[in-house]
Amino acid sequence: MTNILPSPSASLSRRSFLARSGLIGCSLAASPLLTPVSFAAAPWDTRLVVIILRGGMDAVDVVQPYGDPAYAGLRQTLRGGPQNGAQDLDGFFALHPALAPLMPLWRAEQLGFVHAVSTPYRNKRSHFDGQDLLEAGTPGLHQRRDGWLNRLLQVTPGVEARTAFAIGQGEMKLLQGPAPVSDWSPDAEIALSPQAERLAGLMMEGDPLFHAALAEALDLADSARADAATGRAGTTGQRRAPPHQRIASYAAQQLRGDSRIAAFSINGWDTHNRQKGALTRALRRLSDTILTLHGDLGSTIWDKTAVVAMTEFGRTVRENGTGGTDHGTGGAMLLAGGAIRGGKVHGQWPGLTEAELFDRRDLMPTGDVRAQMGWIMHGLIGTGQQAIGDVIFPGVEMGADQGLLRR
Amino acid sequence: MRFDPELAEIRFGCGLSPRQAPPTGPQEMLAALRAPDRATTDWPIPGFDGALADARAYSAARRARKAAIAGPQFEARNKDLKRQRALMRDHQADWFLRRLLRCVTTEHGFRERLTLFWADHFTAQGKIAALRYGATPYVESAIRPNIAGRFEDLLIAAVTSPLMLHYLDQHRSTGPSSRRAKRVARRQGRVVGLNENLAREVLELHTLGVGAPYGQQDVRQLAELFTGMIYNIEDGFKFAPGWAEPGAEILLGQRYDAEITGLAAIKQALRDLARHPATADHLARKLAVHFTSDTPDPTLVAHLADRYRATSGDLIQVYAALLEHPASWQEALSNVKPPFAYLASACRALAMPPAALTKLNRPQVNRVFLRPMQRMGQRWEFAGGPDGWPEADGDWITPQGLAERLRWCMSVPTQLMGTLPAPLDALQDALGSRATAQLRFVATAAETEREAVGLILAAPAFQRR
Repeated sequence: MTNILPSPSASLSRRSFLARSGLIGCSLAASPLLTPVSFAAAPWDTRLVVIILRGGMDAVDVVQPYGDPAYAGLRQTLRGGPQNGAQDLDGFFALHPALAPLMPLWRAEQLGFVHAVSTPYRNKRSHFDGQDLLEAGTPGLHQRRDGWLNRLLQVTPGVEARTAFAIGQGEMKLLQGPAPVSDWSPDAEIALSPQAERLAGLMMEGDPLFHAALAEALDLADSARADAATGRAGTTGQRRAPPHQRIASYAAQQLRGDSRIAAFSINGWDTHNRQKGALTRALRRLSDTILTLHGDLGSTIWDKTAVVAMTEFGRTVRENGTGGTDHGTGGAMLLAGGAIRGGKVHGQWPGLTEAELFDRRDLMPTGDVRAQMGWIMHGLIGTGQQAIGDVIFPGVEMGADQGLLRR
Repeated sequence: MRFDPELAEIRFGCGLSPRQAPPTGPQEMLAALRAPDRATTDWPIPGFDGALADARAYSAARRARKAAIAGPQFEARNKDLKRQRALMRDHQADWFLRRLLRCVTTEHGFRERLTLFWADHFTAQGKIAALRYGATPYVESAIRPNIAGRFEDLLIAAVTSPLMLHYLDQHRSTGPSSRRAKRVARRQGRVVGLNENLAREVLELHTLGVGAPYGQQDVRQLAELFTGMIYNIEDGFKFAPGWAEPGAEILLGQRYDAEITGLAAIKQALRDLARHPATADHLARKLAVHFTSDTPDPTLVAHLADRYRATSGDLIQVYAALLEHPASWQEALSNVKPPFAYLASACRALAMPPAALTKLNRPQVNRVFLRPMQRMGQRWEFAGGPDGWPEADGDWITPQGLAERLRWCMSVPTQLMGTLPAPLDALQDALGSRATAQLRFVATAAETEREAVGLILAAPAFQRR
């Protein structure tokens, strides 16, 4: 079959090709999706990365309260503390060995934790409802159909589709809602030959919705590819980086441009059995993710970045009979980035004696995840407290400023 | 109105196919809904009893494993549980294929479309491992047999299904003054009470619609009336008077007393909600949006609502109203096919032999269908919430969603079929009289047959209906 369309010379970037072929350019103003870097002014300058740790991260095994006298009696195979290979943090808490690669960030005060926090979710301990509530940001279930991060965008002027990115293949309910959001998965390559790409463009030209989505998809795939080519995507030699690293790279790449918020998930925290191995694997993914963000953002942007990782609930303080832990209540948040005040385990430690536990089984929550997040938004983006308490996290008790950010 | 067989198959059916003739008229489409459901005999799927049997086996395996903890039998019991989990995942993949094959092979696509529509209207899903894959059996039992009767019977079947009671927390809801609440308070010192979730969604999503004239007081009264509806995995649905709030409830000015008539009072309330004028408006709009456009013709919506009210929600009559209205037959294709319908229509247009699908094992079903669908924004059997999938075209055609559709079209048909139809034939089969000169050019200008067929399936004209 003869190719009747001229093929673009290899030196042409896709963007200029798209412009020439009419995929962007004259239709730019008409395209709701396309906001090339040079055209958009970002509404603020700091960066926020929200990571949802799905499955219920065991706070007591990640930030180990080895200085608490009741700690040692609670766990048999999951013994922590510096004498078991953990990194001492402050003489009371120690960090799970799998997060050791983050210790330089801890020492630079760019890694911190908030311990014994939770959403308002109590007693049912269902992943499904727990994650729904974490992402809805409401006091109770089924009160809003949009997510709190989308509501942040709703109350912030100057937001464009590319301001916030949901990255990866899982559903990110916290970004769902009326405010415009981009979604992309670094795996979503467009496997089209140049000729097929041109023909697809031709076919979709007359349909604005398809045309805009195709142009944006080609552009996003292009930047992901360019990243891989320059070796930024965490590629070691010829081996393709694992998915979580590609997601972190992609997030960093967008945040180096016009995006200000990125959200994605890391799964694998539901450690009912043989937690030792399972949690190590999940924490390595988390550690890699943070180090990739740190490396790919570059120090100038990392200094204005807050990475916040949160989970739907913590786990039982006692180990169960299969070397794991079951669904609990109080958990922990991880904070990283130059914008946060690290080198510190924030929050109020409730203690681990039976009377100090929630329901005599779980870590007692002494703080609300939403209040911590509210203060971070307030300090990072300048969101007003009223907008936070009325719209973003309706009814949240903000309490005093937790001092989670570097001033 | 001039009936257009091709348009009927595209807009109200499962898409054009070189194997199945399109319907000849509205009478045929409606009569098929009254005739025996052939697709269920060709491609059987267990009803909810099948899901309950899986749930019982799962619970038993979990109990056995728990009893064996720290003992010599633990590894064996753990293996049993894993085997049961794998079996249930196999069921999910198998049932998915059967639902897909019904769409691919049917001559009565309207029935499949209505089943999907009402399954979405009454979205329910498993929230625990034992019921994780209960959605398809639920649709088989509660939805599919009731799509051509009165809406009130469909409503009762859906709302009293164990999966709906489970999904919207009704099985935990206890009358604050019920015998059970008193017993729990006395023996365990715990307070148990109402859960309004199902009552709220019945009013907001299933019947009156969010803008209708009802208030929090009505939600609360309906929640009290619903108490007593529970399920367990041994018996399925149960009405347990001990859980029910004593006395009568007043809902929208009507009095219902489940203390005297039990479940009959609850069913009466659901019938009254089904016959409420606001329900007619709410359902008319939803049907018009789903079958015609995100911004439907107001005269079509009014026509459907009037017919619904005039016939007390006789659904066949409402469908007849849909098929007779000129707005249903506008030439321009508008709605974007959601991922499941899109993939089914692609297999159908290519006349994919059923054997190419039935031979797939679970990992292949995941790789070829379920994971791509999730990347397209539709996680099979798990919509984002009780409001189901979005209808807005822009929610499906996002950069990521479109990229995934392109990727699927370019790779999967070849993988499944080996030999693809000739591009110009495929174009004719997929789009019939809607095959434009431009698309014929695309079909011949592509460098390979695989890309030509992929591009045809990716054409906006094939992605809309």
